Amino acid sequence: MPGRLERPGALQFTAYVALAAFVLWSFQGAGWSFSALVSGGPAMADFLSRAWPPSLERLPQLSKALVETFQMALAGTIIGIIVSLPLAVLAARGLTRQTPISRVFYTSSRLLIALFRTVPDLVWALVFVISVGLGPFAGTLAIAVDTIGFCGRFFAESMEDVEKGPSEALTAAGAGKFDTIFCAVVPAAMPSFITTSLFALEKATRSSVVLGLVGAGGIGIELKVAMDFFDYQLAMTIILMIFVLVLLVERLGTIARGRILEGSSR
Amino acid sequence: MMPQAQLQTVGASAPAVPEQPCAGGEACELRVDGLRKSFGKNRAVLQGVSFAVHRREAVALIGSNGAGKSTALRCALRLVEPDAGSLTLFDEDITSAKARRLRHIRAEVGFVFQKHNLVPRVSALTNVIHGNLGRAGGIRGWSQAFAPSHLRERAMACLERVGLADQARKRADQLSGGQSQRVAIARALMQDPKMIVADEPVASLDPVAGQEVMDLFHQLTREEGITLLFTSHNVQQALDYSDRVLALKQGAIVLDQRSANLSAADLGKHYG
Repeated sequence: MPGRLERPGALQFTAYVALAAFVLWSFQGAGWSFSALVSGGPAMADFLSRAWPPSLERLPQLSKALVETFQMALAGTIIGIIVSLPLAVLAARGLTRQTPISRVFYTSSRLLIALFRTVPDLVWALVFVISVGLGPFAGTLAIAVDTIGFCGRFFAESMEDVEKGPSEALTAAGAGKFDTIFCAVVPAAMPSFITTSLFALEKATRSSVVLGLVGAGGIGIELKVAMDFFDYQLAMTIILMIFVLVLLVERLGTIARGRILEGSSR
Repeated sequence: MMPQAQLQTVGASAPAVPEQPCAGGEACELRVDGLRKSFGKNRAVLQGVSFAVHRREAVALIGSNGAGKSTALRCALRLVEPDAGSLTLFDEDITSAKARRLRHIRAEVGFVFQKHNLVPRVSALTNVIHGNLGRAGGIRGWSQAFAPSHLRERAMACLERVGLADQARKRADQLSGGQSQRVAIARALMQDPKMIVADEPVASLDPVAGQEVMDLFHQLTREEGITLLFTSHNVQQALDYSDRVLALKQGAIVLDQRSANLSAADLGKHYG
């Protein structure tokens, strides 16, 4: 009868111990404290009691800011999707002809997408606030760049993963690379494009709230001011409004995904 | 059954290669000479394959799994680049043709694949219109929605030819196997091809749908004079629908004989 568990080798055992130590070290560095968690409970309760009931005093102004937040998210996502499509074509492995120039484009587009993806959107917002000034335009640009990083990567991967048969058929019929990509690869990758784009919109809606904290437009700045002035009832109103907006976008995204993916042919 | 002596069968080490395949004044659509292709160090798939396909002729290429049939067809159009050998298509040497020239020549050959290779999620009509991309690329050839009227009409005529005009708006991934392959043939017809190359075109179909597709090929070769080169595992089908049979074994042509002089039993020897 074989044992239920295999006895780890010396190297494997050392790796387990090192991993456990690394996790503990991270918790220590993160300032994890159960006592602080327990003692923070009453403060949280105090915040909630002071935040309830939400204040409806500035509802019209807050609604306007919320709409602006969504507008930033939508505009930024659309720009990001449009720009990321050609970048993804260049960044997809094996899609373009293997020439020295195409390799340069491939590497550059991959690096650009990686840069846009790895630098957080809040940092992009700070950069754009400096370059184009305070307001929703800076936020929109930050969301667009973040969307390029997100969609560029997933669009490229989905194009790499499509079945090669239709592309081969069009190549055999004498079609050029450009036609083959847009006739065979893009339609096959479309379900993945739609899913990724809707996730990007959901992500952008969440991000656009935070971007306001650094002055890049939207409702975020209202939340910051309310918290700074200890106006917790107003802060609660804003938090609830954000919750409804994000939830609504996620629900609509889910419904749209289902509808579009079942949709009619071209 | 044919007497063994009448078969032009030779061993893999010395393939039966006609010196001048299209000699004797016969017009030659495709000529392949000394085609070699290896995948990696130890996988030599084609080891000096030579054959010719004459104008208006239907030629069947048979051979067991892994014999190199699909690779031979793909190499013939340089969809897979051969390691060595020369290729002549419609009297033009395409062995080292540049990409643009190759595209023009490929536009005259309709390639029908075993798995049909239609673009999913787009309509049958759009798939057929894609057949014209070799002659005129650009956004107007990408979808039936953008296509000029004359292209749409021609595509509808091709669908009509394969009996699927009523399915024009149906998505390719919602067609049955037989319908899907017939749309693939309509796409090939859209090219107005001089020659159709079909790689096991009925292997993924049920017998009835397979028979319909082979009958369609037969009509195209007989009524429209399109040259046909197809691979098949079904020896009876190979005999019934071809003028000549080529057998590929261990990367070389081991049989090149007129179908009328062969029986299914003769061809069966080249499997295994």
